[in-house]
Amino acid sequence: MDNIAGKKSGLTIAVNITVFLLVLIWLIPTVGLFVSSFRDRDAISSSGWWLAPFSTEQTFRGRGDVDSITQDGALFVLSGNVFQDPEIAPAFPNGEGEIAAFGDSGRAPGEYPAGEIADLGDGETLIVEPNGDYIYTVPEDPGNRGPRYYVVASTPPSFTLDNYRTVLNAGGMGQAFINTLTVTIPTTIIPILMAAFAAYALAWMDFRGRAFLIAAIIGLLVVPLQLALVPMLQLHYNLGIGQSFLGIWLAHSAFGQPLAVYLLRNYMIGLPRDIIESARVDGGTDFQIFMKIILPLSFPALAAFAIFQFLWTWNDLLIAKVFLPSSEEAKVMTVKIADDLLGSRGGDWGILAAAAFVSISIPLLVFFTLQRYLVRGLLAGSVK
Amino acid sequence: MNPVFQGLITIGIGVGGIFLYFVASNALLDKVLFPAKGKNASRNINRANTVRPWLFLAPTIIALSLYLVYPVIGSFYRSLFNRSGDEFVAFSNYTTMFASSEFRTAFWNNVLWALVVPSVSTFLGLLIAQLTDKLRWGNIAKSLIFMPMAISFVGASLIWKFVYAIDPELGIINAIRVNMFGLDPMDVLQVAFWNNLFLMVILIWVQTGFAMVILSAALRGIPEETIEAAIIDGANPFQIFFKIQVPQITNTIIVVFTTTTILVLKVFDIVYAMTGGNFNTQILPSYMMQFMFRDDGRATAVAIVIMLIVTPVMIQNIRQARAEMR
Repeated sequence: MDNIAGKKSGLTIAVNITVFLLVLIWLIPTVGLFVSSFRDRDAISSSGWWLAPFSTEQTFRGRGDVDSITQDGALFVLSGNVFQDPEIAPAFPNGEGEIAAFGDSGRAPGEYPAGEIADLGDGETLIVEPNGDYIYTVPEDPGNRGPRYYVVASTPPSFTLDNYRTVLNAGGMGQAFINTLTVTIPTTIIPILMAAFAAYALAWMDFRGRAFLIAAIIGLLVVPLQLALVPMLQLHYNLGIGQSFLGIWLAHSAFGQPLAVYLLRNYMIGLPRDIIESARVDGGTDFQIFMKIILPLSFPALAAFAIFQFLWTWNDLLIAKVFLPSSEEAKVMTVKIADDLLGSRGGDWGILAAAAFVSISIPLLVFFTLQRYLVRGLLAGSVK
Repeated sequence: MNPVFQGLITIGIGVGGIFLYFVASNALLDKVLFPAKGKNASRNINRANTVRPWLFLAPTIIALSLYLVYPVIGSFYRSLFNRSGDEFVAFSNYTTMFASSEFRTAFWNNVLWALVVPSVSTFLGLLIAQLTDKLRWGNIAKSLIFMPMAISFVGASLIWKFVYAIDPELGIINAIRVNMFGLDPMDVLQVAFWNNLFLMVILIWVQTGFAMVILSAALRGIPEETIEAAIIDGANPFQIFFKIQVPQITNTIIVVFTTTTILVLKVFDIVYAMTGGNFNTQILPSYMMQFMFRDDGRATAVAIVIMLIVTPVMIQNIRQARAEMR
């Protein structure tokens, strides 16, 4: 219908721009986190992440090199290159950079522009060229500690994997990652199997009370999980399960049932009746029909629910906080980030960003590779 | 034992156990209890077929009654007892709760959340669905806006903590305030009342993709003739959208709206991670978590209040489903 009357090209441009802006707004927060996770602490505190691809000006300090001392009349002259200074060199791995300004006090590190001779008083002069060569002249022998100088240098954009290394090893996210996997995988596979049988019964078997059960499952879809926390934890303790992985596997498997049965039933009821009827006529039992016909045909719905359940259990904080022990070895990533990192590392943004990215990487991967099934599942659940 | 191995064993036992259960129980039914042979063959087949659905349903029914039905009663019962659970206090947990100002803050904030988040995300979802429908790169745009769905609420909170950071070298909001308007940086999460809206933005950011995907499918399901007829009658794009398209997808809009409302009443993660309920940003789910592990009586009382708020939606859903089945 694009070429029918009523379509204006001005409107098309406006639509393009609006959508572009919306996408930009949607992406900026995630991009910010992503970029920050590759920057070290100094880079994060000295410039915004949106400047990360550009050079930034940073202040460094060093000392005049006493080994280079030569005497010029009554004056002592120290010379060398700023980028060879042991305090500054680590920030410039290839030994080059550009000096914008320099100074002799920490309070005004960029008092003098590069390339100009600065009179520092008491007969001292200092010049730092843009390429880093300096000449420091002092009236007295500085002994074995060279006089201090400060430079403002623009540093090339630098990215590092250090945050990820810290987070995975010392930060304990490695263990938490494994714990999250341990929670997620059983609780994705087991409920599907339970629900598939139930959904088949509700879709293709005729018995009294079927309508009631379907209504009950639709009702249970919205029961707030908060209700289950106290009584079920108590029950787990009474049964000797307590707070444990077994407990959270049971809880997640049960909480996933209403959605699983609902989605799978909606899908199975749409399968062609002829296939099932003819299989029945040929003497197939319900169990055989389910295993050989329904299960393979329902693959898209099974995949859709599997993705939902995976994302939901991976991203869950509430159930993990209640049904898992609060000890360090049993923490999943969401708990780790919300309770540990946001508290103790509140100011260490690089670490926080890396931790967040470790935890959202797998869901994003699943999302982008299996989006087709996810969308199909959403639609089966909400649109008739 | 290492939890990883425990997990692998659980998958084995869980999957194997469920299969074994179905195979064994069906075999028991067909071969031992009601064998389809002998003089009662046809009666036995019928009997087996009355029992079989319940074999298929048993694991699900047990799980649901234990983890979702029993807790409604269990939580209510527990809410009538004191902190340690040994003394019956009738409704005193509720009266203390209703008298506390923090509960009232949480309640009204939650009402605000339940109004703002579903309306804004449904509206934006509808808007984006309509705008991207005819674009060549519409699917890419949709996919990117849908992406936050995959991110945990904790992850989303952290992402937005960066956006809201006070340091203008870090938080983009304060960077704009300082560099473009010359204002002082501020902690947006401490601004009374508005901080609630800033927290809601996070959930809207996550949920708009969901609304968009569903509404976009609904828009595509509209019969083309209705739109063509409107174009021939000289309707402009806005009239077509508001008078032809939207009225035809009202039902789907309501589904999206209620689904998001229900979600709002479950999400405690955002408030928990961003403000911990300080600065008057408490909502009921996070208010409940304050009492969890400390005073189960009061925690369950909050849970029951949440349940009561959800009940009308639940009844409506069931009614709708029954009407559709007939």
